[in-house]
Amino acid sequence: MADLYTITDLHLSLADMTRKPLFGLAPRLDILKGLSFSIEKGAVLGIVGGSGSGKSTLGRALVRLLEPSGGRVVFDGADITHLSDAELRPLRRRFQMIFQDPMSSLNPRHRVGTIIAEPLRLHGFDGIQARVLRALDHVGLPKEFAQRYPHELSGGQRQRVGIARAIALEPDFILADEIVSGLDVSSQAQVLNLLERLVADLGMTLAFISHDLSVVRRLCQRVMVLQHGQIVENRETAALFADPQAQYTRDLLGAIPLPDPDQVWS
Amino acid sequence: MSFLSVRNLSARVKGGGTLLRDVSLDVAVGEVRGLVGESGAGKSMIGKAVLGILPKAVEITSGQIMLDGVDLLALPPAQRRIKVGATCALIPQDPLTALNPSRRIGPQITDRLVDILGWTRQRAEERALALLGEVQITDPTRVLRQYPHELSGGMRQRILIASAFAAEPKLIVADEPTTALDVTVQKQILKLIAALQVRHGTALLFVTHDLGVVSKVCQKLSVLYAGKVVEDSAVADFFRAPKHPYSAALLAATPKYTDPLAGLQPVPEAVIAAVRAEVGHG
Repeated sequence: MADLYTITDLHLSLADMTRKPLFGLAPRLDILKGLSFSIEKGAVLGIVGGSGSGKSTLGRALVRLLEPSGGRVVFDGADITHLSDAELRPLRRRFQMIFQDPMSSLNPRHRVGTIIAEPLRLHGFDGIQARVLRALDHVGLPKEFAQRYPHELSGGQRQRVGIARAIALEPDFILADEIVSGLDVSSQAQVLNLLERLVADLGMTLAFISHDLSVVRRLCQRVMVLQHGQIVENRETAALFADPQAQYTRDLLGAIPLPDPDQVWS
Repeated sequence: MSFLSVRNLSARVKGGGTLLRDVSLDVAVGEVRGLVGESGAGKSMIGKAVLGILPKAVEITSGQIMLDGVDLLALPPAQRRIKVGATCALIPQDPLTALNPSRRIGPQITDRLVDILGWTRQRAEERALALLGEVQITDPTRVLRQYPHELSGGMRQRILIASAFAAEPKLIVADEPTTALDVTVQKQILKLIAALQVRHGTALLFVTHDLGVVSKVCQKLSVLYAGKVVEDSAVADFFRAPKHPYSAALLAATPKYTDPLAGLQPVPEAVIAAVRAEVGHG
């Protein structure tokens, strides 16, 4: 199958402001150190790693919220590595993001309907009202929710609004950055099952960033493990869990407390 | 014998909704009890009620909190503070906000020992040094002179653990102490808490939403729904056969990487309706 994303030798460094001298430039801090991989159309890729491993930075480079400092990011045949904001704008509809914390990524002063309609209007869609209702229906929220404010919703419902906003644009690619880490197990299960179904039904490609390997195993066909800005392992999910190659992957797996008092956890 | 015994405790927001409904639980000397439930179930409230740090808007409407045989709720506030301060401590959830960013680590550990327990500063500093060693911080002398921003999240959490054990408390309330950490660090911290808890014989009230964590550190657990304890079991029994349908559903919602087909089943509507009716919630 064709690749939606092809990433070649991706580097990203940021200015380390904590070590900036009074005069002169701040030293560069390398976050991503030469990543190469591709994402097939229709695939669900899990990106895992500890804090500081660069997984969120990688995600932001994929949807070009950050500009890489080296390498190439090719999206569906187009090199988007260094495109300007204006050049990116027509492409943005095609890659969307769902954020970790729905409380800070949904405008508290807007009703749910307005929140979902806003990007549709920016991208010049017609029949916006019908699209908003269809998106709400897709994520299993009744249409009355369009009139509500984010603070009137539960955490799981808010995250559904974030999903609705992303899928309303009918994107090819969705990046989900730790979208269930703030939720209870039951709402987490609901949101993940929903996402699994939507990706299959709407034929989207998904990159799912998470620190929870149990969740990734359930949802993703492929898993990429990051450590210190490098890929330590990138394999089919079943193969990776059956026989992890990298020591870091084994450490990550061994550290997960299973809900099972008989697990050897040393 | 139970060191902490909460009896029929009820609490509510002043002039508003009920937070705790007739909660009873016991923590024996040296025992670890997990408090689990979804957010808003009241698990943190119980810990806060024991320590006497409930938000001002919350009032206790009935019940008793027996600590070492004394009913805390019957004591005048000043005496209650002395009793709790001498025997209890808290490991807070977020190591970023729990430490004062503008003060060095040293005084943040020793102040309490000096000001409340009347230790000499030298004795307090020796104690702090020894404890930082116990929580496996290398070069503790230097860390005492550092500021919180110079340390990683895992280091900060270790410092809060050291601080909690500093005055040899009989009971520690650990309020989701590892939710802000990643899995490998979480494992180190949990093992550390467990080792210190055993070595010092401290009882622990462990608030968490993660049943995986419960299975690793707790001997008993209470499952809460809408402020009511729906199950009180030994951990080994709970994971073999949960007694209450709601706790069984909670377990079924927890994912397991060893079994891709298990877990991630949302709590069924029927179970929620039944448990709501049972606890008398909305």
